[in-house]
Amino acid sequence: MVKQSTIEKDIYLPRLAAVKQADLLNETELYLQLAMDGEQLDYVPGQFVEVSLAGVGEAPITISSSPTQKGYFELVVRKVGNVTNAIHKLKTGNKIGIRGPFGKGVYPVEESKGRGIVFICGGIGLVPQRSFINYVLDNRDDYGDVTILLGTKCQSQRFLTDELQSWSKRSDVQFLETVDQGDDCWKGNVGVVTTLIPKIESKLKSAVVTICGPPIMYKFVLMALQEYNLQHEDIYLNLERKMKCGVGKCGHCQINHVYACMDGPVFRYSDLAAMPEAI
Amino acid sequence: MNVKKISKSAFTSFVDELISKQKVIGAQAKGDRFEFEQLESANQLRLDYDVTLRPPNRKYFLPPVETLLTYEVGGSYQSVSDSTEFILLGIHPYDLEALNQMDLIFEQDNCDSHYMKRRNNATIIACDVVTPSRDVFAASMGTATVKSGFDVLLTDIGDSYLMESGSPKGDKLLAKAKGTADATAEDLEKRQKVWNENQNRLNKHKLNCDYSYLHKLLERAYSHPVWEEKAKTCFSCGSCNQVCPTCYCFNVQDDVNWDFVKGKRQRAWDGCLLDGFTKVAGEHEFRKKRADRFRHRLYRKGKYVPEKISSKIPACVGCGRCVHACLPDIANPVNVYNRLFDDLGLR
Repeated sequence: MVKQSTIEKDIYLPRLAAVKQADLLNETELYLQLAMDGEQLDYVPGQFVEVSLAGVGEAPITISSSPTQKGYFELVVRKVGNVTNAIHKLKTGNKIGIRGPFGKGVYPVEESKGRGIVFICGGIGLVPQRSFINYVLDNRDDYGDVTILLGTKCQSQRFLTDELQSWSKRSDVQFLETVDQGDDCWKGNVGVVTTLIPKIESKLKSAVVTICGPPIMYKFVLMALQEYNLQHEDIYLNLERKMKCGVGKCGHCQINHVYACMDGPVFRYSDLAAMPEAI
Repeated sequence: MNVKKISKSAFTSFVDELISKQKVIGAQAKGDRFEFEQLESANQLRLDYDVTLRPPNRKYFLPPVETLLTYEVGGSYQSVSDSTEFILLGIHPYDLEALNQMDLIFEQDNCDSHYMKRRNNATIIACDVVTPSRDVFAASMGTATVKSGFDVLLTDIGDSYLMESGSPKGDKLLAKAKGTADATAEDLEKRQKVWNENQNRLNKHKLNCDYSYLHKLLERAYSHPVWEEKAKTCFSCGSCNQVCPTCYCFNVQDDVNWDFVKGKRQRAWDGCLLDGFTKVAGEHEFRKKRADRFRHRLYRKGKYVPEKISSKIPACVGCGRCVHACLPDIANPVNVYNRLFDDLGLR
């Protein structure tokens, strides 16, 4: 039926990667720096890998580093299920399995060259966006205004704070942050991430907007963006689903007719008209 | 066209000859129903079966539980594959269509070597239906008969079978059979009669529109009340998924040995009607409502899968197994599609 050469490759077989660094960023987020054994992982911002722990299982995790970073790649993993709990026990030197990178629907790295970009991130949604953010910052001259909005539940859940601070100090980046619930130690904005949108009105004109956050966030962000008359083709959403196999077979990540693992995980808002299950 | 005629007694000897040389899987009685199992003798073979409990295409090419990998905890992974050659004997046209659709799905985009190796090791002997099952509606779905996709096609024409080869594998197999003769014009006429009759006999539930129209009909049916109405009594038991020859969703799980040193990664059948099918860590569930899951299944059958593989025939092949398996009696795709067609009509 098919050529033998194509079936020799097992799409479910993980390759090994070594943990170069593992740092707990807060109570729930673990930073991992990984290097593939004897090779480079070729990926673009928005792609994900299946992280495999023998005896526990696999979990889809979007790559957080920018491909401009050579020699290793980074993941930030929230402790929330069986596999991610096991990932949190990893130490430097441990070997884990990696499949991928997966996903054809990725961030508009080429399409948005020469244009302003607005990144809207909610909580852990910062992690996938960070790959594109750092790609843009490493190729700063290729892009227009860079605006980053970040909303976190509370101050104790913030992570990668050194990096956030470096963004806020840059003169060629506008970085605005808010927390849902303020406290005495927090001097910044308080409120959900949509409260930051009116503050960047001028940046929204003819910008590319990318959104990533918890499922509940998308509808409210899209609603808030409505009055600025953005083209739906210019808004990108990173949609989380149960991407079990990563290769378009197992059916778990299907959103109507599309597969988040194959056709996404990043989708244009204009594509969502045919995907009522998306948000 | 290579069509041979073989008497039923010579055919029995031929099957025994095959069994003595390799693994042959055929339809057998299981109580008052039927199931594909490995044959020990040609006497066990029941080519007059109505429908089998489980679809043979799934059972043997995407088994209920299958080991994909073995591993050492903290170490490397080894791919596991099955290289046994076998003959699948007596698969009905509707299940064969389901197999051909599955071939496309597992080959396209990322070729699934576990499926494909097993598939390449198999010889497919299809068989035209002798006894229609209680709920079969293959004729409505364009699968009462088949013209391709088999290595050999058997047709019961009374005291003998006609055997048509559909591939080089089939040619080789036919060459091994003793006591065959070239089919005459009269034999072929008898076979044509069986085919014509099966177009009427395999239609216990009649689809009111042409099957090729279903994907267009579904374009306008997303918000129709039928999904809520039917799903009101759905148990979310997944029986319709379990028995369906075109359902292929699976889950993957690790099974570690008692010594916690070695283990295996397995895939097992899953079902989109089951609660939790779309649930991710953190308790977000994307298809939480029963009605949404019920709709998803019938959209996959009528629209999503056929469009994915550019198939004119829907991914419901009309075997009728779900009609039989569904306790609240809501799974029958024809009833749902006819209701939509009555309300929405042609456009």
